[in-house]
Amino acid sequence: MARYIGYKKPKNTKKTLLRLLSYMGRHKISLVIVGILVVIGSLANIMGTYLLKPVINNYILPGDLEGLAGMVAAMGVMYGLGATATLGYNRLMVKTSQKIIREIRKDLFNHTQSLPLSYFDSHTHGDLMSHFTNDVDTIQEALNNSFTLLIQSFITTVGTMVMIVVLSFRLSLIVLVSMGFMFLFIRFNGKRSRKYFVEQQKNLGELNGFIEEMVAGQKVEKVFNHEEKDFEEFCRKNEKLRQASTNALAYSGLMVPVVVSISYLNYAVSACIGGLFALAGLMDIGSLSSYLVYVRQSAMPINQCTQQVNFLLAALSGAERIFEMMDEKPEVDEGKVTLCRVKEEADGSLVPCRERSGHWAWMDQGRLIPLKGDVRFHHVVFGYNEKKRVLNDISLFAKPGQKIAFVGSTGAGKTTIINLINRFYEIQGGSITYDGIDITRIRKADLRRSLGLVLQDTHLFTGTIRDNIRYGNLEASEEEIVNAAKIANAHSFIRRLPNGYDTMLTSDGANLSQGQRQLLAIARAAVASPPVLVLDEATSSIDTRTERLIEKGMDALMENRTVFVIAHRLSTVRNSKAIMVLEQGSIIERGSHEELLEQKGRYYKLYTGQFELE
Amino acid sequence: MFRRFYEYMKDYRRFGLYACLCVGFEVVFELIIPLVMADIIDIGVATGNRAYIVEKGVQMCILALLSLGLGMLYSRFAALCGQGLGAEIRKAEYAKIQSFSFSNTDHFTTSSLVTRLTSDVTVIQNAVTTGLRPLVRAPIMMLTALFLSFAINARLAVIFLIAAPLLGAALFYIISHVRPLYGRMQRAIDMVNRIVQENLTAIRVVKAYVREDYEKEKFDHVNMELQTVSERAFGLACMNMPAMQYVMYGTILAILWFGGNLIYVNGMEVGDLTGFLSYVLQVLNSLMMISNVFMMLTRSMASGRRILEVLDEEIDIKDEASGNLSVERGDVVFDHVSFKYKEDAKEFVLSDVDLHIRPGQTVGIIGGTGSAKSTLVQLIPRLYEATAGTVYLDGHPVKEYSLKHLRDAVAMVLQKNTLFSGTIEENLRWGKEDATQEEMETACKIAGAHEFVERFPDGYSTYLEQGGVNLSGGQKQRLCIARAILKNPKILILDDSTSAVDTATEAGIREGLKSMLPDMTKIIIAQRISSVSHADQIVIMDDGKVHAVGTHEELLASDSIYQEIYHSQQEGVGL
Repeated sequence: MARYIGYKKPKNTKKTLLRLLSYMGRHKISLVIVGILVVIGSLANIMGTYLLKPVINNYILPGDLEGLAGMVAAMGVMYGLGATATLGYNRLMVKTSQKIIREIRKDLFNHTQSLPLSYFDSHTHGDLMSHFTNDVDTIQEALNNSFTLLIQSFITTVGTMVMIVVLSFRLSLIVLVSMGFMFLFIRFNGKRSRKYFVEQQKNLGELNGFIEEMVAGQKVEKVFNHEEKDFEEFCRKNEKLRQASTNALAYSGLMVPVVVSISYLNYAVSACIGGLFALAGLMDIGSLSSYLVYVRQSAMPINQCTQQVNFLLAALSGAERIFEMMDEKPEVDEGKVTLCRVKEEADGSLVPCRERSGHWAWMDQGRLIPLKGDVRFHHVVFGYNEKKRVLNDISLFAKPGQKIAFVGSTGAGKTTIINLINRFYEIQGGSITYDGIDITRIRKADLRRSLGLVLQDTHLFTGTIRDNIRYGNLEASEEEIVNAAKIANAHSFIRRLPNGYDTMLTSDGANLSQGQRQLLAIARAAVASPPVLVLDEATSSIDTRTERLIEKGMDALMENRTVFVIAHRLSTVRNSKAIMVLEQGSIIERGSHEELLEQKGRYYKLYTGQFELE
Repeated sequence: MFRRFYEYMKDYRRFGLYACLCVGFEVVFELIIPLVMADIIDIGVATGNRAYIVEKGVQMCILALLSLGLGMLYSRFAALCGQGLGAEIRKAEYAKIQSFSFSNTDHFTTSSLVTRLTSDVTVIQNAVTTGLRPLVRAPIMMLTALFLSFAINARLAVIFLIAAPLLGAALFYIISHVRPLYGRMQRAIDMVNRIVQENLTAIRVVKAYVREDYEKEKFDHVNMELQTVSERAFGLACMNMPAMQYVMYGTILAILWFGGNLIYVNGMEVGDLTGFLSYVLQVLNSLMMISNVFMMLTRSMASGRRILEVLDEEIDIKDEASGNLSVERGDVVFDHVSFKYKEDAKEFVLSDVDLHIRPGQTVGIIGGTGSAKSTLVQLIPRLYEATAGTVYLDGHPVKEYSLKHLRDAVAMVLQKNTLFSGTIEENLRWGKEDATQEEMETACKIAGAHEFVERFPDGYSTYLEQGGVNLSGGQKQRLCIARAILKNPKILILDDSTSAVDTATEAGIREGLKSMLPDMTKIIIAQRISSVSHADQIVIMDDGKVHAVGTHEELLASDSIYQEIYHSQQEGVGL
């Protein structure tokens, strides 16, 4: 099946190959051993065929049974060696290639972790996933087989060619001509089938897109009795794909029979001319027959060679995509200021400590600055790309313990603002300070550790509920986890689950309701217990009654913390210290709930339902 | 499994047959060409007959060209057959998925359904396209070679009777042991993919909590596991080559030795011995080819199974009703209805719901997250089937209506608004195929969508990207409502579908529904009290049960949950 995956050429073959080789280079010894074993295996095979003739002529014909016994024994040893070598290289190659593949996967994953968010915004998950699946698979396929088969078929080809030239130089010209034809055909056909493959790929993409959209929207399809019409559309796309892929495969499938037939032609012409040569006394019959045997064999390794080269090219283009991703620049982190645990001495001074004191400080060049949670924006300018500015000249401050709310329609820049605080994105102008320190000077990991984030889309991980809450703080004790769950009002529903805190969550917590998942995310933030909390539509999926139930917990969570909150439900934000109303990247109104109502501006309209939020 | 897929080949079977015939003839030529060549040397050269040599040479060339033609035809037929089968399987799967009920769909995730329709099918069709050739070739080669070798020397051929079963047994051992390993490998791959997938979707969480190292460690673990399992699987799978070599070499040696003795003793011809040897190689090679095909089939069987899982999924909502019964009034009765998603689930999602909704009434349903409001209404158009009790429409159980008639009469706007890529007009036409511009505009006016659609430069011809990403949440919701209204149903269900619409517009929609479509039964699920307070009756759901039913005033006076919800919102938006 794999024969057909080829026909995608890498852009920079040499560079990619070198880089792939450098992965293989880590297993030099194994690969050298594999190489040697392949040579032994192939030579044993060739020698075996070669020896048959003398064995028959010299021992069997004269009836020399003793000599035959010796020869058979000798051949037995050689064959045994060859087969054992084959066994050895096959196993060793599998082992080595799996190691290489694991390393590639590991490097790829680790690099993924270091990429900035903007990378994930501009690439679909499907694309990124396919690096881990398709691209790695093609490399694996190539490593498992192509490396050894390529050496093998190369040796066989060279061996056969040498024998052909040695046996009859003149006749070998015919072989050379026919080989020329083969290569021309392979190139021509490769190009032509590549064209059809591209078309197939396009149709496949269209069909995939259609299926995806329809499967995802299946409920709507049913509600509207739309099945028949969609089925027609599906059949149309399906038929187009069938035609394109039939063409692609029919052309690429030509390669083997054509090469075989050319070699038959070659064989026929050689036999004919060879026969005429023999008549003319230019060649003896014995040489002619063994010459023809070799000619007949020559097609096989060539076919194998081209196939493996195609595999290799596919693998290289997969590798190229992987390497391209690995070359993406990781997040910059030049921050030197770190976060450390401190305890207060009797005289009021701070001293770094190891135990969990509950107090934190920034360590700035030996100086300790207590962590308070004072966040300020100074004339911040930001855009996801050069052309489109998302935030204009945003200035705001949040003093320790204050709750700041953002209100505005979708695309106004609410989420963007809070994504800048933890440096998910880099600002283009102005500055943001945290306890007076420019956040670019703070080590990213430490900056983020000091901020708790609860998002609108709750993401849970495969694992138990306990694991998921503990995600906020890996050192959390059982008690702390339960406490956090209680704060988020998640304890009661967790207790009612069949396995309580040990309930396994599957595929992003699909077995929980949206509201329950959000409660878990809040518990996760609670267990992290950060000085600054960022809530991005954290309670949007919770009904108002439940929201009221967890209000106390949320209040407890927000107490003594700086909180940034985005909410679409205005009841959630009304008790904030300050509310910012955003529109098109600028703050158009700011003040407390009462102040804003008095202003009778946008906030007032939103509040009284005269204006649509999203 | 193979028979199952064979059935899907349908019209493409003949291409399969042609392809097999092509290979068959190709093999024949392959066997003839060396014989012709032998004639050139044995007769032509021996007798010095130039003309004969040239004649035979031309013959060979013609044969080679014929085999070229056959090869090309094979390649075309095999592609037609394989791709045709693939297309048929995809079609069958798609049709099957369309007939899925919601609970069937819930069994599979969207992405897994997509894979089952695409890459799994590709594996099957490729297995056919590549497997056909060796599968026809190998047995023919093997049988001819076996026959010829027995004809040459039956006693010597006995070696086959030892060698072939030996190799067969070895290959069988490998294949049967590799299969479970491939299964384990697939699970390990799934684990790796799951972690990657989770990390991609939850990258913000990972970064926010600085858990990169933790995730790396987690990945390392599953990655290692995958390495170990695939090492074992591939390690065993690649043993078929050496196994073949051991047997083949052993056979050659045995033939040389016993053959040598036979010559000495019985005067066997040397030419026969060489011929015999080449047949031996052919037989064993064919065995090898067959085992390779099996190895490939073993791997593609996993995909085959996944496809059959879809095809064999039992549809739990069957469209048995044959009558022409259709809904006329829109009278809904829930009679002791209980529901759970899975047979073996412990708790009921809905328990013992009794409810009567009269034609033309507006009914509001309100309740906390997870109180099964959506589940309740989805029983009406039979998107799910009640586990116990019956849902009646106009006095008939919903089962008595054909699905088409039933769903034509019930329009539902779902919580998750799905618009499809295409123009606004095309999306609206989902509700009514042949809707006039006027009808569309009326529907949009009721749904409060006309105004913003008009403002788009292309109006109703505005193109929506997949999922309608270029619209705001409120706009999407209003279009979805318009689409449902256009259906002109007897019962309209709005499942939390005005949550993103501002209260003023929402009031407008409510008013429009009431005055323009007075006969339509309207069921509105909402979070906001203000969305349902004007309803003829309000149903409060709590934990899968009907907690209370009444009007706004009644409930406000008597019901604790309603009061709580009311107060929680009174301080907020619901002015």
